[in-house]
Amino acid sequence: MSTHSLEDRFQSRVDNEEKIEPRDWMPDAYRKTLVRQISQHAHSEIVGMLPEGNWITRAPSLKRKLALLAKIQDEAGHGLYLYSAAETLGVSRDEMLDQLHTGKAKYSSIFNYPTLTWADIGAIGWLVDGAAIMNQVPLCRASYGPYARAMVRVCKEESFHQRQGYDILLTMCQGSEEQKEMVQDAVNRWWWPSLMMFGPNDDASPNSAQSLKWKIKRFSNDELRQKFVDATVPQAEILGIQLPDPLLQYNEARGHYDFGPIDWEEFFQVVAGNGPCNKERLAARVKAHEEGAWVREAATAYAEKQKNKVVSSASVA
Amino acid sequence: MKDWPLYEVFIRSKNGLNHKHVGSLHAADPQMAIQNARDVYTRRNEGVSIWVVEANHITSSNPDDAEALYDPAMDKIYRHPTFYELPDALKHM
Repeated sequence: MSTHSLEDRFQSRVDNEEKIEPRDWMPDAYRKTLVRQISQHAHSEIVGMLPEGNWITRAPSLKRKLALLAKIQDEAGHGLYLYSAAETLGVSRDEMLDQLHTGKAKYSSIFNYPTLTWADIGAIGWLVDGAAIMNQVPLCRASYGPYARAMVRVCKEESFHQRQGYDILLTMCQGSEEQKEMVQDAVNRWWWPSLMMFGPNDDASPNSAQSLKWKIKRFSNDELRQKFVDATVPQAEILGIQLPDPLLQYNEARGHYDFGPIDWEEFFQVVAGNGPCNKERLAARVKAHEEGAWVREAATAYAEKQKNKVVSSASVA
Repeated sequence: MKDWPLYEVFIRSKNGLNHKHVGSLHAADPQMAIQNARDVYTRRNEGVSIWVVEANHITSSNPDDAEALYDPAMDKIYRHPTFYELPDALKHM
Protein backbone atom coordinates (compact mmCIF):
# COMPACT_ATOMS: atom_id res chain seq x y z
CA MET A 1 0.00 0.00 0.00
CA SER A 2 1.36 3.44 -0.86
CA THR A 3 2.14 5.92 1.91
CA HIS A 4 -0.52 8.18 0.50
CA SER A 5 -3.34 5.70 0.93
CA LEU A 6 -2.02 4.68 4.36
CA GLU A 7 -2.25 8.33 5.38
CA ASP A 8 -5.77 8.58 3.99
CA ARG A 9 -6.82 5.53 5.92
CA PHE A 10 -5.18 6.87 9.08
CA GLN A 11 -6.95 10.21 8.71
CA SER A 12 -10.31 8.58 8.17
CA ARG A 13 -9.85 6.50 11.31
CA VAL A 14 -9.09 9.71 13.21
CA ASP A 15 -12.08 11.43 11.62
CA ASN A 16 -14.27 8.55 12.82
CA GLU A 17 -13.00 9.09 16.38
CA GLU A 18 -11.22 5.74 16.43
CA LYS A 19 -8.27 5.73 18.84
CA ILE A 20 -4.80 5.10 17.46
CA GLU A 21 -2.86 2.51 19.48
CA PRO A 22 0.93 2.04 19.72
CA ARG A 23 1.33 -0.68 17.10
CA ASP A 24 -1.02 0.89 14.54
CA TRP A 25 0.42 2.56 11.48
CA MET A 26 0.77 6.32 11.91
CA PRO A 27 2.44 9.10 9.92
CA ASP A 28 5.96 9.93 11.08
CA ALA A 29 5.00 13.53 11.69
CA TYR A 30 2.11 12.43 13.95
CA ARG A 31 4.51 10.29 15.97
CA LYS A 32 7.05 13.11 16.23
CA THR A 33 4.43 15.67 17.23
CA LEU A 34 3.16 13.36 19.96
CA VAL A 35 6.63 12.53 21.28
CA ARG A 36 7.44 16.24 21.47
CA GLN A 37 4.15 17.22 23.08
CA ILE A 38 3.88 14.32 25.56
CA SER A 39 7.52 14.50 26.66
CA GLN A 40 7.30 18.29 27.12
CA HIS A 41 4.19 17.71 29.16
CA ALA A 42 5.99 15.08 31.28
CA HIS A 43 8.96 17.38 31.81
CA SER A 44 6.56 20.14 32.90
CA GLU A 45 5.07 17.90 35.58
CA ILE A 46 8.52 17.03 36.89
CA VAL A 47 9.97 20.55 36.81
CA GLY A 48 6.64 21.81 38.17
CA MET A 49 7.40 20.12 41.47
CA LEU A 50 10.33 22.47 42.10
CA PRO A 51 8.62 25.84 42.68
CA GLU A 52 6.20 24.19 45.11
CA GLY A 53 8.79 22.01 46.81
CA ASN A 54 10.33 25.31 47.86
CA TRP A 55 7.47 25.75 50.37
CA ILE A 56 6.98 22.26 51.86
CA THR A 57 9.09 22.97 54.93
CA ARG A 58 7.51 26.38 55.40
CA ALA A 59 3.83 25.48 54.96
CA PRO A 60 1.86 27.35 57.66
CA SER A 61 0.14 24.29 59.16
CA LEU A 62 0.31 20.51 59.13
CA LYS A 63 -2.90 20.35 57.07
CA ARG A 64 -1.42 22.64 54.40
CA LYS A 65 1.83 20.69 54.41
CA LEU A 66 0.08 17.35 53.91
CA ALA A 67 -2.02 18.72 51.05
CA LEU A 68 1.00 20.29 49.36
CA LEU A 69 3.02 17.09 49.70
CA ALA A 70 0.14 15.09 48.23
CA LYS A 71 -0.15 17.51 45.30
CA ILE A 72 3.56 17.37 44.56
CA GLN A 73 3.52 13.57 44.76
CA ASP A 74 0.66 13.57 42.25
CA GLU A 75 2.78 15.62 39.90
CA ALA A 76 5.57 13.05 40.04
CA GLY A 77 2.92 10.45 39.16
CA HIS A 78 1.65 12.57 36.28
CA GLY A 79 5.17 12.82 34.94
CA LEU A 80 5.41 9.04 35.07
CA TYR A 81 2.08 8.43 33.27
CA LEU A 82 3.17 10.79 30.52
CA TYR A 83 6.71 9.42 30.14
CA SER A 84 5.16 5.95 29.86
CA ALA A 85 2.74 7.17 27.18
CA ALA A 86 5.63 8.71 25.21
CA GLU A 87 7.64 5.50 25.52
CA THR A 88 4.93 3.61 23.64
CA LEU A 89 5.93 5.73 20.62
CA GLY A 90 9.45 4.30 20.60
CA VAL A 91 11.41 6.93 22.54
CA SER A 92 13.24 5.72 25.66
CA ARG A 93 12.99 7.22 29.13
CA ASP A 94 16.73 7.89 29.10
CA GLU A 95 16.53 9.79 25.83
CA MET A 96 13.78 11.99 27.20
CA LEU A 97 15.56 12.68 30.48
CA ASP A 98 18.71 13.44 28.55
CA GLN A 99 16.87 15.93 26.36
CA LEU A 100 15.51 17.66 29.46
CA HIS A 101 18.84 17.75 31.27
CA THR A 102 20.78 19.06 28.27
CA GLY A 103 18.20 21.78 27.67
CA LYS A 104 17.19 20.35 24.28
CA ALA A 105 13.61 19.69 25.40
CA LYS A 106 11.29 22.42 26.64
CA TYR A 107 8.93 22.40 29.58
CA SER A 108 6.14 24.83 30.41
CA SER A 109 7.74 28.23 30.87
CA ILE A 110 5.43 29.02 33.81
CA PHE A 111 7.76 27.05 36.09
CA ASN A 112 10.59 29.48 35.46
CA TYR A 113 8.95 32.03 37.75
CA PRO A 114 9.84 32.15 41.47
CA THR A 115 7.54 31.36 44.43
CA LEU A 116 8.24 34.29 46.75
CA THR A 117 5.54 33.93 49.41
CA TRP A 118 3.07 31.32 50.67
CA ALA A 119 0.37 33.07 48.61
CA ASP A 120 2.29 31.98 45.51
CA ILE A 121 1.45 28.37 46.37
CA GLY A 122 -2.21 29.34 46.43
CA ALA A 123 -1.90 31.29 43.18
CA ILE A 124 -0.16 28.38 41.45
CA GLY A 125 -2.89 25.95 42.47
CA TRP A 126 -5.67 28.31 41.44
CA LEU A 127 -4.27 29.85 38.26
CA VAL A 128 -1.53 27.55 36.98
CA ASP A 129 -3.37 24.32 37.72
CA GLY A 130 -6.59 25.97 36.58
CA ALA A 131 -5.02 26.80 33.22
CA ALA A 132 -3.50 23.33 33.04
CA ILE A 133 -6.90 21.70 33.62
CA MET A 134 -8.44 23.83 30.87
CA ASN A 135 -5.71 22.55 28.53
CA GLN A 136 -5.82 18.97 29.75
CA VAL A 137 -9.51 18.11 29.85
CA PRO A 138 -9.82 18.11 26.02
CA LEU A 139 -6.63 16.00 25.84
CA CYS A 140 -8.57 13.15 27.48
CA ARG A 141 -10.13 12.80 24.01
CA ALA A 142 -6.84 12.95 22.10
CA SER A 143 -6.68 10.52 19.18
CA TYR A 144 -3.66 8.63 20.57
CA GLY A 145 -4.95 6.03 23.06
CA PRO A 146 -2.10 5.91 25.59
CA TYR A 147 -1.98 9.73 25.79
CA ALA A 148 -5.74 10.02 26.25
CA ARG A 149 -5.73 7.35 28.96
CA ALA A 150 -2.86 9.05 30.81
CA MET A 151 -4.74 12.34 30.66
CA VAL A 152 -7.88 10.81 32.13
CA ARG A 153 -5.87 9.82 35.19
CA VAL A 154 -4.14 13.21 35.35
CA CYS A 155 -7.41 15.15 35.14
CA LYS A 156 -9.07 13.06 37.85
CA GLU A 157 -6.26 13.98 40.23
CA GLU A 158 -5.76 17.55 39.10
CA SER A 159 -9.07 18.95 40.31
CA PHE A 160 -8.01 18.67 43.94
CA HIS A 161 -4.91 20.72 43.08
CA GLN A 162 -6.88 23.72 41.96
CA ARG A 163 -9.21 23.64 44.96
CA GLN A 164 -6.23 23.26 47.27
CA GLY A 165 -4.77 26.49 45.85
CA TYR A 166 -8.05 28.39 45.87
CA ASP A 167 -8.64 27.34 49.48
CA ILE A 168 -5.27 28.81 50.50
CA LEU A 169 -6.16 32.12 48.86
CA LEU A 170 -9.70 32.16 50.24
CA THR A 171 -8.34 31.69 53.76
CA MET A 172 -5.74 34.42 53.32
CA CYS A 173 -8.31 36.82 51.84
CA GLN A 174 -10.38 36.44 54.99
CA GLY A 175 -7.31 37.16 57.11
CA SER A 176 -5.36 40.32 57.87
CA GLU A 177 -4.82 43.23 55.47
CA GLU A 178 -1.22 42.07 54.96
CA GLN A 179 -2.35 38.58 54.03
CA LYS A 180 -4.81 39.94 51.50
CA GLU A 181 -2.08 42.14 50.03
CA MET A 182 0.14 39.10 49.78
CA VAL A 183 -2.56 37.34 47.73
CA GLN A 184 -3.00 40.37 45.47
CA ASP A 185 0.75 40.56 44.91
CA ALA A 186 0.97 36.85 44.03
CA VAL A 187 -1.98 37.07 41.63
CA ASN A 188 -0.46 40.16 40.01
CA ARG A 189 2.67 38.15 39.26
CA TRP A 190 1.00 34.87 38.16
CA TRP A 191 -1.93 36.14 36.09
CA TRP A 192 -0.15 37.01 32.86
CA PRO A 193 2.23 34.03 32.84
CA SER A 194 -0.85 31.82 33.37
CA LEU A 195 -2.49 33.28 30.26
CA MET A 196 0.75 32.60 28.35
CA MET A 197 0.50 28.90 29.27
CA PHE A 198 -1.98 28.42 26.41
CA GLY A 199 0.73 29.29 23.91
CA PRO A 200 0.94 31.91 21.14
CA ASN A 201 -2.15 33.40 19.52
CA ASP A 202 -3.73 31.23 16.86
CA ASP A 203 -2.38 33.27 13.95
CA ALA A 204 1.16 32.80 15.35
CA SER A 205 0.80 29.07 16.06
CA PRO A 206 1.57 27.30 12.77
CA ASN A 207 1.35 23.70 14.05
CA SER A 208 -2.06 24.06 15.67
CA ALA A 209 -4.10 23.38 12.53
CA GLN A 210 -2.38 20.04 11.93
CA SER A 211 -2.78 19.01 15.59
CA LEU A 212 -6.48 19.86 15.37
CA LYS A 213 -6.82 17.84 12.17
CA TRP A 214 -5.15 14.86 13.86
CA LYS A 215 -7.42 15.40 16.87
CA ILE A 216 -4.49 15.67 19.24
CA LYS A 217 -5.85 19.09 20.12
CA ARG A 218 -9.57 19.80 20.25
CA PHE A 219 -9.54 23.57 20.76
CA SER A 220 -7.18 26.29 19.60
CA ASN A 221 -4.89 28.19 22.00
CA ASP A 222 -7.07 31.30 21.91
CA GLU A 223 -10.28 29.35 22.48
CA LEU A 224 -8.82 27.69 25.59
CA ARG A 225 -7.40 30.98 26.87
CA GLN A 226 -10.81 32.60 26.52
CA LYS A 227 -12.49 29.73 28.40
CA PHE A 228 -9.94 30.12 31.19
CA VAL A 229 -10.48 33.87 31.52
CA ASP A 230 -14.27 33.43 31.52
CA ALA A 231 -14.06 30.77 34.24
CA THR A 232 -11.53 32.64 36.38
CA VAL A 233 -12.99 36.17 36.61
CA PRO A 234 -15.97 35.15 38.82
CA GLN A 235 -13.60 33.17 41.05
CA ALA A 236 -11.45 36.31 41.51
CA GLU A 237 -14.56 38.29 42.45
CA ILE A 238 -15.38 35.80 45.20
CA LEU A 239 -11.84 36.16 46.54
CA GLY A 240 -12.30 39.93 46.39
CA ILE A 241 -9.07 40.59 44.51
CA GLN A 242 -8.30 42.43 41.28
CA LEU A 243 -6.93 40.69 38.21
CA PRO A 244 -4.09 42.91 36.97
CA ASP A 245 -5.61 43.92 33.62
CA PRO A 246 -7.32 47.32 33.21
CA LEU A 247 -8.84 46.15 29.90
CA LEU A 248 -10.54 43.12 31.45
CA GLN A 249 -14.26 43.64 30.88
CA TYR A 250 -17.33 41.58 30.09
CA ASN A 251 -18.36 41.94 26.46
CA GLU A 252 -22.13 41.56 26.26
CA ALA A 253 -22.11 41.11 22.47
CA ARG A 254 -19.50 38.32 22.49
CA GLY A 255 -20.73 36.74 25.69
CA HIS A 256 -17.10 36.60 26.87
CA TYR A 257 -14.62 38.69 28.83
CA ASP A 258 -12.35 40.91 26.74
CA PHE A 259 -8.80 41.14 28.03
CA GLY A 260 -5.66 43.15 27.31
CA PRO A 261 -2.78 42.18 25.02
CA ILE A 262 -0.25 39.62 26.25
CA ASP A 263 3.43 40.52 26.40
CA TRP A 264 4.70 37.87 23.99
CA GLU A 265 8.19 39.29 24.14
CA GLU A 266 8.35 38.19 27.79
CA PHE A 267 6.99 34.75 26.84
CA PHE A 268 9.59 34.15 24.13
CA GLN A 269 12.37 35.40 26.42
CA VAL A 270 11.39 32.87 29.10
CA VAL A 271 11.04 30.08 26.53
CA ALA A 272 14.50 30.98 25.21
CA GLY A 273 15.96 30.40 28.68
CA ASN A 274 16.02 33.95 30.02
CA GLY A 275 13.27 33.71 32.63
CA PRO A 276 13.97 34.44 36.31
CA CYS A 277 14.57 30.77 37.28
CA ASN A 278 15.42 28.81 34.10
CA LYS A 279 18.99 28.04 35.15
CA GLU A 280 18.06 27.25 38.75
CA ARG A 281 15.31 24.80 37.69
CA LEU A 282 17.48 22.92 35.24
CA ALA A 283 20.39 22.81 37.67
CA ALA A 284 18.11 21.38 40.38
CA ARG A 285 16.88 18.66 38.01
CA VAL A 286 20.38 17.70 36.89
CA LYS A 287 21.64 17.67 40.48
CA ALA A 288 18.79 15.41 41.62
CA HIS A 289 19.40 13.05 38.71
CA GLU A 290 23.16 12.85 39.25
CA GLU A 291 22.96 12.52 43.01
CA GLY A 292 20.38 9.76 42.61
CA ALA A 293 22.64 7.73 40.33
CA TRP A 294 24.06 5.62 43.16
CA VAL A 295 20.55 4.67 44.30
CA ARG A 296 19.66 3.46 40.81
CA GLU A 297 22.93 1.53 40.58
CA ALA A 298 22.40 -0.04 44.01
CA ALA A 299 18.88 -1.13 43.08
CA THR A 300 20.17 -2.70 39.87
CA ALA A 301 22.96 -4.50 41.75
CA TYR A 302 20.48 -5.75 44.36
CA ALA A 303 18.09 -7.05 41.70
CA GLU A 304 20.98 -8.81 39.97
CA LYS A 305 22.05 -10.44 43.25
CA GLN A 306 18.51 -11.62 44.04
CA LYS A 307 18.21 -13.12 40.57
CA ASN A 308 21.46 -15.04 40.99
CA LYS A 309 20.32 -16.30 44.40
CA VAL A 310 17.16 -17.72 42.87
CA VAL A 311 19.18 -19.40 40.12
CA SER A 312 21.71 -20.96 42.52
CA SER A 313 19.08 -22.22 44.98
CA ALA A 314 17.18 -23.67 42.05
CA SER A 315 20.28 -25.51 40.86
CA VAL A 316 20.80 -26.98 44.35
CA ALA A 317 17.26 -28.29 44.35
CA MET B 1 17.64 3.60 34.39
CA LYS B 2 19.19 1.92 31.37
CA ASP B 3 18.97 -1.57 32.82
CA TRP B 4 15.59 -1.25 34.50
CA PRO B 5 12.97 -3.22 32.56
CA LEU B 6 9.51 -1.90 31.81
CA TYR B 7 6.70 -3.49 33.82
CA GLU B 8 3.03 -3.42 32.86
CA VAL B 9 0.77 -2.86 35.86
CA PHE B 10 -2.62 -4.50 36.44
CA ILE B 11 -4.91 -3.53 39.32
CA ARG B 12 -7.91 -5.33 40.80
CA SER B 13 -10.15 -2.48 41.93
CA LYS B 14 -12.13 -4.72 44.28
CA ASN B 15 -12.59 -8.40 44.94
CA GLY B 16 -14.87 -9.98 42.40
CA LEU B 17 -13.46 -7.97 39.49
CA ASN B 18 -10.63 -8.80 37.09
CA HIS B 19 -7.23 -7.20 37.29
CA LYS B 20 -7.18 -4.49 34.66
CA HIS B 21 -4.25 -2.88 32.87
CA VAL B 22 -3.65 0.64 34.24
CA GLY B 23 -0.22 1.65 32.94
CA SER B 24 3.45 0.88 33.15
CA LEU B 25 6.62 1.79 34.97
CA HIS B 26 10.33 0.96 35.13
CA ALA B 27 11.76 -0.90 38.12
CA ALA B 28 14.91 -2.80 39.00
CA ASP B 29 12.99 -5.91 40.06
CA PRO B 30 9.39 -7.14 40.47
CA GLN B 31 9.21 -6.18 44.17
CA MET B 32 10.20 -2.62 43.37
CA ALA B 33 7.67 -2.62 40.54
CA ILE B 34 4.93 -3.58 43.02
CA GLN B 35 6.01 -0.90 45.49
CA ASN B 36 6.13 1.79 42.82
CA ALA B 37 2.82 0.66 41.35
CA ARG B 38 1.30 0.95 44.80
CA ASP B 39 2.65 4.51 45.14
CA VAL B 40 1.66 5.63 41.66
CA TYR B 41 -1.53 3.80 40.82
CA THR B 42 -3.35 3.25 44.13
CA ARG B 43 -3.09 6.58 45.94
CA ARG B 44 -6.85 7.05 45.96
CA ASN B 45 -8.22 3.61 46.85
CA GLU B 46 -8.05 2.40 43.25
CA GLY B 47 -7.12 -1.14 44.14
CA VAL B 48 -6.91 -4.12 46.47
CA SER B 49 -4.42 -6.18 44.47
CA ILE B 50 -1.59 -5.52 42.03
CA TRP B 51 -0.02 -7.64 39.28
CA VAL B 52 3.14 -6.57 37.51
CA VAL B 53 4.64 -8.32 34.52
CA GLU B 54 7.72 -7.45 32.54
CA ALA B 55 6.53 -5.91 29.30
CA ASN B 56 8.87 -8.05 27.18
CA HIS B 57 7.09 -11.18 28.44
CA ILE B 58 3.87 -10.09 26.74
CA THR B 59 3.18 -11.37 23.26
CA SER B 60 0.60 -9.35 21.40
CA SER B 61 -1.31 -9.83 18.18
CA ASN B 62 -0.38 -7.76 15.17
CA PRO B 63 -2.86 -4.97 14.32
CA ASP B 64 -2.37 -5.81 10.63
CA ASP B 65 -3.92 -9.22 11.30
CA ALA B 66 -7.07 -7.69 12.77
CA GLU B 67 -9.21 -8.41 9.70
CA ALA B 68 -8.17 -12.05 9.48
CA LEU B 69 -8.55 -12.58 13.21
CA TYR B 70 -11.76 -10.78 14.04
CA ASP B 71 -13.84 -10.30 10.90
CA PRO B 72 -14.88 -14.00 10.61
CA ALA B 73 -16.87 -13.58 13.84
CA MET B 74 -19.06 -10.97 12.15
CA ASP B 75 -20.94 -13.43 9.90
CA LYS B 76 -21.53 -16.00 12.62
CA ILE B 77 -24.76 -14.53 13.83
CA TYR B 78 -25.97 -17.98 14.83
CA ARG B 79 -23.64 -17.67 17.85
CA HIS B 80 -26.03 -15.13 19.32
CA PRO B 81 -29.33 -16.01 21.00
CA THR B 82 -31.20 -13.37 18.96
CA PHE B 83 -30.59 -15.50 15.80
CA TYR B 84 -33.21 -18.01 16.94
CA GLU B 85 -36.84 -17.20 16.55
CA LEU B 86 -39.09 -18.55 19.23
CA PRO B 87 -42.88 -18.93 19.19
CA ASP B 88 -44.73 -16.07 20.91
CA ALA B 89 -46.36 -18.56 23.21
CA LEU B 90 -42.99 -19.27 24.80
CA LYS B 91 -42.59 -16.84 27.68
CA HIS B 92 -39.19 -17.70 29.12
CA MET B 93 -36.04 -19.27 27.69
